[in-house]
Amino acid sequence: MAASAPTAGNSERVRLLGLLLKRRTVVVGLVVLGLIAALAILAPLIAPYAPNKLSVVNRLKPPGGTWLFGTDEFGRDVFSRTIYAGRLSLLVGGAVVVMAAVLGVTLGLCAGFFRRLDTPIARIIDAMMAFPDILLAIALVAALGPSLVTVIVALGIVYAPRLARIVRASTLVIRELPYVEAARALGVSTPRIMTRHVLRNLVSPILVQGTFIFAYAMLAEAGLSFLGLGVSPEVPTWGTMIAAGRQYIGQADWMTLFPGVAIVLSVLSLQMVGDGLRDVLDPRLRKDL
Amino acid sequence: MARYILQRFLGMLAVMFVVVTIVFVIVRVAPGDPAAVMLGPDATAQDVATLRARLGLDQPLVVQYVYFLGQLLQGDLGQSIFLDRPVTTALAERAEPTFFLTLFSILIASLIALPIGIYAAYRRGSLFDQAATTAAMLAASIPSFWLGLIFIQFFAVRFGLFPVSGYGGPDAGFLVRLQHLALPALALGVVSSALILRFTRASMLDVLGDDYVRTARSKGMGEFRVVMRHAFKNALIPILTVIGLTAALLVSGAVITETVFGLPGVGNLVVSAVLRRDYPVIQGALLVIAALYVLINFAIDMLYLVVDPRVRY
Repeated sequence: MAASAPTAGNSERVRLLGLLLKRRTVVVGLVVLGLIAALAILAPLIAPYAPNKLSVVNRLKPPGGTWLFGTDEFGRDVFSRTIYAGRLSLLVGGAVVVMAAVLGVTLGLCAGFFRRLDTPIARIIDAMMAFPDILLAIALVAALGPSLVTVIVALGIVYAPRLARIVRASTLVIRELPYVEAARALGVSTPRIMTRHVLRNLVSPILVQGTFIFAYAMLAEAGLSFLGLGVSPEVPTWGTMIAAGRQYIGQADWMTLFPGVAIVLSVLSLQMVGDGLRDVLDPRLRKDL
Repeated sequence: MARYILQRFLGMLAVMFVVVTIVFVIVRVAPGDPAAVMLGPDATAQDVATLRARLGLDQPLVVQYVYFLGQLLQGDLGQSIFLDRPVTTALAERAEPTFFLTLFSILIASLIALPIGIYAAYRRGSLFDQAATTAAMLAASIPSFWLGLIFIQFFAVRFGLFPVSGYGGPDAGFLVRLQHLALPALALGVVSSALILRFTRASMLDVLGDDYVRTARSKGMGEFRVVMRHAFKNALIPILTVIGLTAALLVSGAVITETVFGLPGVGNLVVSAVLRRDYPVIQGALLVIAALYVLINFAIDMLYLVVDPRVRY
């Protein structure tokens, strides 16, 4: 029995992966996302120029043979900057997911598991969700001062309640299930029940929500950088690039076009994957597949 | 029912209390002295001390909090440091462009999303449905500020159909204002239509298979009448909910869009307040917008009681 359990788990995982890859949108999303991630990671090898290499004589050159995406107001290569910017945007997205997951899962688990903590935590979650994402992030960045770390912390705090709410709701249900009662009766400690028995069953909703938070965080980071409240304007992120291109919209629209397309493609592919994951991992929808 | 209303009302008050506390904390977590940050590096120690006293920052935190709550109960959001006027006045002066921007955006979003969402659900699984679902996903992936810039490039710079930015000056008439609002409202409306479209489609799918829809069809009623009079009417509650919540969320979308289009609204006020570290304005705007969101949520819950007898607990 003990040996067959992991096999059953593996075959279930393989089955779910098969279901996931049957969906065309998921495959397209994964391919586009993989491509963007590969370009970002391999930027030093792929980029034809250093992202900050100035060439004043070649300023505002349109897209073409030498400069695939054209050049900006300082003659910097927009293609090189776009793929380098992807590194930071993906890093922010990933870091925000981790931070939101740590905060949200801890809050949600505690609220769902300990009755005394439920009402105060639920009220805090409700109150946090009353603030529009970007506005709360702006206020936090204003308070903490604009920097890469601040942006990650601010967006992590902003998106944590979304996860906390889902984890709390699921924990409230799982807490009452017979296997949790059995574990309690067997004398299993509360932290172990929370991590081994409850949290393990929450991996699917956390994964789905995490994918969407990744996408929202990338959009929000771009918005903050565009407003000058994110990372320093000299650092290439898709948001800072669009902000810089704004002044040249009439004469060099490629400066805003390409970083914008990069954001749209990244967020779109994440949403495609997230949607597919939700459909496959949500037992209520699985019967339709 | 009265008990439910009272419960919800008390719940809303509790959330509002936490909202107020969070706003109070956010401004106070700023590293260093907020007064020194606001005045900049050239300020003298005397200037900083004066501002600290003016903002009550020289008092213990508990005293500051009680004072803050007391002021709030009197409708006083404090004094803007840079605009030299009450925050409530500053917000009220900037409310008009934001209100109209939100109103027109939600109208545009609904005009796009409702017919497409209804038809996509009616033709579930068809090419149209797939295209609509993909388009909704695409719209939700576009940053509204980027779309705004693209619209400026095409409709304002290239074709000269709309003004590039601004609100038409202080004496402009409503039509001029409308011209200035058209592009930002379209940018925000297109992006916001995604959520409404998906909700409309999902709600319609829920009701289209119901018995009363089948009964209406079996009575020989025309398809348009079946879909609009029977299905859509019953799918309307969740759709109205999402439209209401989208309207509240649009205020935050307006923060960036107003900056792109140079609209002198609340969003623009918040961004300039952040750049100048005008904490009372940031605090006031956060409170008003969050309160608005909580109130809209409460109003929607109450509306449920009126329109849907099943919700009367």
